[in-house]
Amino acid sequence: MVNIITDLAKYVMIILLAVYTLLGFRLVRKPQEEKRAALWTQDFLLFALQFTGNAVLFLNTENEELLYFYGMQLLAFLIFLLLQRIVYPRSDKLLNHNLLLLLSVGLLMLSRLSFDRAQRQFQIAVLAGGLTFLIPWIIRKAGRLRELYWVYGAGGLLTLIAVLILGNTAFGARLSLTIYDVTIQPSEFVKILFVFFVAGMLYETQDLKRVAITTCAAAAHVLVLVLSRDLGGALIFFVTYLVMLYVATKQPLYFLAGLGAGCVAAFAAWRLFSHVQARVLAWSNPFAVIEEEGYQIAQSLFAIGTGGWFGMGLGQGMPNKIPVVEEDFIFSAIAEEMGILFAVLLVFVYLCCFYMILNIAMCLKDAYYKLVALGLGTLLIFQVFLSIGGVIKFIPSTGVTLPFISYGGSSLLSMFAVWAIVQGMYLKRGDEVAENEKEKGQIKKK
Amino acid sequence: MKKKKGKSKRNNREYTNVLWIITGVFALMIGYLAWFQIMESRDVINNPYNARLDTLEEKVIRGNILASDGQILAYTRVDSDGTESRIYPFDCTFSHVLGYADYGKTGIESLGNFQLLTSNAYFIERFINELQGEKNIGDSLVTTLDVDLQTAAHDALSTRKGAVVVIEPSTGNVRALVSKPDYDPGTVAENWTELSTSKDSILLNRAMQGLYPPGSIFKTVTLLEYLREHNMNEAFSFNCTGSVSVGNSSISCYHGNAHGKLDLEEAFAESCNSAFAEIGRDLDVEEFQGLASQLLFNSDLPLSFPYSKSSFSLKEDDTDAIKMMTAIGQGDTLVTPMHMAMLVSAIANDGVLMVPRFLDRTENYTGQLVERYSTETYGALMTQEEAQLLQEYMRAVVEEGTASALQSDSYTVAGKTGTAEYSSDKSKSHAWFIGYASGSKPDLAVCVLVEEAGSGGEYAVPIAKRIFDAYYEE
Repeated sequence: MVNIITDLAKYVMIILLAVYTLLGFRLVRKPQEEKRAALWTQDFLLFALQFTGNAVLFLNTENEELLYFYGMQLLAFLIFLLLQRIVYPRSDKLLNHNLLLLLSVGLLMLSRLSFDRAQRQFQIAVLAGGLTFLIPWIIRKAGRLRELYWVYGAGGLLTLIAVLILGNTAFGARLSLTIYDVTIQPSEFVKILFVFFVAGMLYETQDLKRVAITTCAAAAHVLVLVLSRDLGGALIFFVTYLVMLYVATKQPLYFLAGLGAGCVAAFAAWRLFSHVQARVLAWSNPFAVIEEEGYQIAQSLFAIGTGGWFGMGLGQGMPNKIPVVEEDFIFSAIAEEMGILFAVLLVFVYLCCFYMILNIAMCLKDAYYKLVALGLGTLLIFQVFLSIGGVIKFIPSTGVTLPFISYGGSSLLSMFAVWAIVQGMYLKRGDEVAENEKEKGQIKKK
Repeated sequence: MKKKKGKSKRNNREYTNVLWIITGVFALMIGYLAWFQIMESRDVINNPYNARLDTLEEKVIRGNILASDGQILAYTRVDSDGTESRIYPFDCTFSHVLGYADYGKTGIESLGNFQLLTSNAYFIERFINELQGEKNIGDSLVTTLDVDLQTAAHDALSTRKGAVVVIEPSTGNVRALVSKPDYDPGTVAENWTELSTSKDSILLNRAMQGLYPPGSIFKTVTLLEYLREHNMNEAFSFNCTGSVSVGNSSISCYHGNAHGKLDLEEAFAESCNSAFAEIGRDLDVEEFQGLASQLLFNSDLPLSFPYSKSSFSLKEDDTDAIKMMTAIGQGDTLVTPMHMAMLVSAIANDGVLMVPRFLDRTENYTGQLVERYSTETYGALMTQEEAQLLQEYMRAVVEEGTASALQSDSYTVAGKTGTAEYSSDKSKSHAWFIGYASGSKPDLAVCVLVEEAGSGGEYAVPIAKRIFDAYYEE
């Protein structure tokens, strides 16, 4: 009986997410006032998905704590939506929905993989929600923060260097610092500072001197990360910078030259570093080196392939066979148990977020925030690409977390910050529109 | 995502470009994932390291494996108390090719593990079974194997160690594959210690993984290289005195027989070592290496079973002695019977190799088709002219040479025998035969290897004959 329900539930969940995603795409460019019904439907789908997933998991595990945990999540989500509605009535509801959807899928999968970690992740999410709650207001009001770009650049770089020298080593990379028993991954936050730094440098003037200085600073960030063996982090900084540089200067040549330089650097890294060679080897033929370098990728592919389009059903697969499944390889676990279709729909949810952020960038008039939005959007979507591309063997794995879903405090907190800043810029855009209307003294219809 | 207002459209062109690039990259990634699931995933997940397949066994009764004509080669019997046991009605006959399923998985049991553990029974039936908590019945695999040919090959090899591979050249269908010594796949778990520690390597599939010196069957390769380097009409003449001297040692013909004056065809038909050693000394080593890799030496074979790679390692600065030994198949060259069967199969098919095929289709347990596996062309190993020339030379081996025992009224055979010394004791040798028969049915290529037997003509040819007889005279 449990088997049947689990089986049916996986189809139900795919359909719920499919409708949710479809509505999301239809909402991206519509002013939300026109689409109240669709937003309410999304609310319903979101909670239905959360309920179905947790119900199936409960039936499979019979862990009564899961019921309390589900109740807590439900409560937190409702409080979050309510507070948003009261404090930021004009915030982007779709963005809020996508945040909660990704969080709920992440918590569901973590509950299945490791209940302790799921609870910890939930605590961090609540904390992050609280800590970032005022960010939209700050972004909206504090226009002078942009003048501090040197602080962002120098502070970020120094932090990365500190990690390189003092950091803890895990899986051969130096990524984290431990301060008073709390271990954090500073590069997750430096990413955001970096976007503010680049935007501050390039939004007014794009002469050669400024571009050269900014490029040197960006290269320094990337280099420190490469030396810390954080390949994924280095790639994210690199690509985010290239995209921001290209859009700020409107020079495709910069982009292409940067891409070329990146390829040369990647080739050099492959020749020089054995840990890069190991990653490439595991990517090119994991099954030939399945005992060693290829083990993780092979297990990931077994998981995805065995699960197939519709998945094994929650609790029916063996995702714990994949090393580091809660962090870098959680996408494989989702694909294994909830199906490739579900996993692909999640990718569409991320794409939807990216389109929304870019849409905000395009609608904004302030060149500075345009660049910030673009940078944060690129950061998010490229991280998704590295994470998923790595676990499905599309590209060599670089050990990157999946935003809002993977287990990890720093990653979650920094992604909450990204979301809050974007939300702030959405409010900013609303202010601009209001100002514009006042000036022209007429109501424009879009 | 285009803006309606002209001004902001101009301002936002770069944003739109970024958006399209990212969309394109994601489209590629999702496309790759879909491609993986459709094309690759089955081969990927059928891996002994994939523990997930074992969990399928809790939900599905392993399906049947059938011969090409539908005879059951393996099935799972469920006792009244629910105990399952895997039964192999032909006992040892199909041991290595079917493999076993009880103690790890090998052979077709491993190759088709996922299909056997997947049920495509009628949907309602599956639903009801799940509701009642009962197992569904897994799909059946229809193989390309032929019971008569497999039995003939198995019986003919009798108690000797060795291997037989029988392939249909035009399709790549593997009709029989025998490796001896063999075992009963149904009792592997109980007899594991004995089987896995035996000195005879009972569990080794010699047809796929055994590496042997090829002896004179390699003269087919040497001959092709000679034909490529020389004008084919060029007169070749050699006077065989029974041996040629090479530095301090000498290469002699089988039993030291002097063959007298020979042309090229006669030298091949009589398998004259002296003549081919002479040929080998003067061959262009680089070209020879090139030919060897074209013929899939030192390279991956298109096989989904575990196999060994054949090796050919002649180098420019090797001594004349090594070059001459290599030309007659006694150098450092090592081959698997499967590879040789593929080679002769390509020759019979005018140079084109078909990918060896073990599985024809999957059916659900009631016999309804689930999926058919198509035949696949690997490519040309040699030109059509070259293949046809080799066919003529191999024909001569049967008409006037070492395989004359294969002359028959009901079919025509072309082939090559081999007698491969494998140690310093020259009285010991492996017997080889590669060849194919044409007649009233599609051609059939065989490769026979008998370990530690004697000459190919004496020990391998009769086995090939029994297989061809079984095929054409039934």
